[in-house]
Amino acid sequence: MSIATIDRIPDRIRAVRSRHPGRWVSGVIVLAIVAGLVYAFATSPFINYGFVAQYQFTGPILGGLELTIVYSVLAEVIGVGVGILVAVMRLSPNRLLSYASAFYIWLFRGVPILVQILLWYNIALIFPTLGIGIPFTSIGYTVSTNAVITTFVAGILALSLNEGAYMAEIVRAGILSIDKGQSEAAQAIGLSPLQAMRLVVLPQAIRVIIPPTGNDFISMLKTTSLVSAISGAELLTQAERIYSTNFRTIELLFVASIWYLALTTLASVGQHYVEKHFSRGTGMEARSTLAGRVRANLRVGRVRGGR
Amino acid sequence: MWKAFGRHVVLEDVSLSLAEGEVACIIGPSGGGKSTLLRSVNGLERIDSGRIYVDGQLMGYREAGSRLHELSTKALSRSRVEIGMVFQHFNLFPHLTALQNVALGPRHVRREQKRESEAAGMELLARVGLREKSDAYPRELSGGQQQRVAIARALAMRPRLMLFDEPTSALDPELVGEVLKVMEDLAAQNMTMLVVTHEMQFAWECASRVAFMAEGRIVELGPASRVLGDPAEQRTKEFLRRVRVFDPKASRAVGLLDSGSPDS
Repeated sequence: MSIATIDRIPDRIRAVRSRHPGRWVSGVIVLAIVAGLVYAFATSPFINYGFVAQYQFTGPILGGLELTIVYSVLAEVIGVGVGILVAVMRLSPNRLLSYASAFYIWLFRGVPILVQILLWYNIALIFPTLGIGIPFTSIGYTVSTNAVITTFVAGILALSLNEGAYMAEIVRAGILSIDKGQSEAAQAIGLSPLQAMRLVVLPQAIRVIIPPTGNDFISMLKTTSLVSAISGAELLTQAERIYSTNFRTIELLFVASIWYLALTTLASVGQHYVEKHFSRGTGMEARSTLAGRVRANLRVGRVRGGR
Repeated sequence: MWKAFGRHVVLEDVSLSLAEGEVACIIGPSGGGKSTLLRSVNGLERIDSGRIYVDGQLMGYREAGSRLHELSTKALSRSRVEIGMVFQHFNLFPHLTALQNVALGPRHVRREQKRESEAAGMELLARVGLREKSDAYPRELSGGQQQRVAIARALAMRPRLMLFDEPTSALDPELVGEVLKVMEDLAAQNMTMLVVTHEMQFAWECASRVAFMAEGRIVELGPASRVLGDPAEQRTKEFLRRVRVFDPKASRAVGLLDSGSPDS
């Protein structure tokens, strides 16, 4: 088979390109709207951009940024662990385990995350003390709930248990995507069902699990802002604290927004490379471009409760 | 033994025994229960009536007096070690290299050291003619090569019985020969083998006995030369005529492929 060079193609078609006036019109309209918005924001007498620049790198904001990252990473890691456990339970032949995990998913996905955060924060109203001990005896150890469930712990619990419910479905889909022949082959060489899961099924399911997990993490970065409802001391809380004293509300919300955008952009880039790594050699090289991935993750309406 | 899926009986009063070192082939139309029979032997399917003994051991249960006790999953896994299984679609682990596929069982079931299991794995890959492919992932191998790795993987557990479930049915015609060659070598080394196949030539040359199965029953069972060469049952005759190309006197060079069989 010879590979023809382009100039060997006889009588190439050189037609007059068709016009697309609609594209021009819509383009101009969009451009006008964008220009108007930029102008409105830039010239607004109610926004002092000096304040934005001034507060962007101050101590409390950076501290909040750090805590936002801590909340996100910790909640996501615990969420993944919980998710794997709940997914394996869901697929267990033990009906009770399966139903229990279905109930967990139903409960933690069904209650809005903001409500869950408030519930964990106020858990002391139901259980004033927490203790371990032998039931019906006085032997044991008890502490005040408020000493254990601090704001931070309440935030982490709410975020990670909620994430665990979403992750369970992601992991379950990953496991179910692996052909049944794989676990049969694993059991045929004498591996126990658990070994088959750990050594054969899960390593393959990872490829299916990674992309939605990345999306969840990026969502998580933004969802942590809800912890501000219990004064979680993360980015949004810090911004709120500052504007409650100096009344530069918009400027400080801008400061927070810029950091959230920076975090999600960074995470999108990271996700792109992680996906590329895991799709290596499978013939399913990451289809999306880096820029496209960033755009997709910043898309409006990626609010957790909305899915 | 008997086996039903729902209300549909797929194995009906099937009885078969294999001597040590014997090669037996099961032939017959698809949906006749051949694969189910094979999968029942190593407990991938659970039979509803009857007993399966491998090497004197009852499969799947412990017999205490007149009662049967189900084996724990662990004990069931252990009993499967004695039985190698080769699947129609190879079922290699795609995330592991050829060598890792072969070494996985010895390493995690027999708890061998990495070095030990890999050395043994290399030897097995050499035995199926794939020593130089040890680092290749399954997707980089042809179907025939994948199936040979799958055979090596089964052999790695040093089974006393090998089950083959249509090992060449998913292969391109020109790749069938290399897999059959490995199986012939195994047969020559006195491995006990139960083979579900459409390769009449293989059955003719390697099997001491052939069973013809249809609609969940063993219709005819006997020496390969008789069942294939001079079948007594009308159904066997019809089946052999339908796989038409079979001629006991032809050599494989003539090209006896299962492309005309109902399964492919």
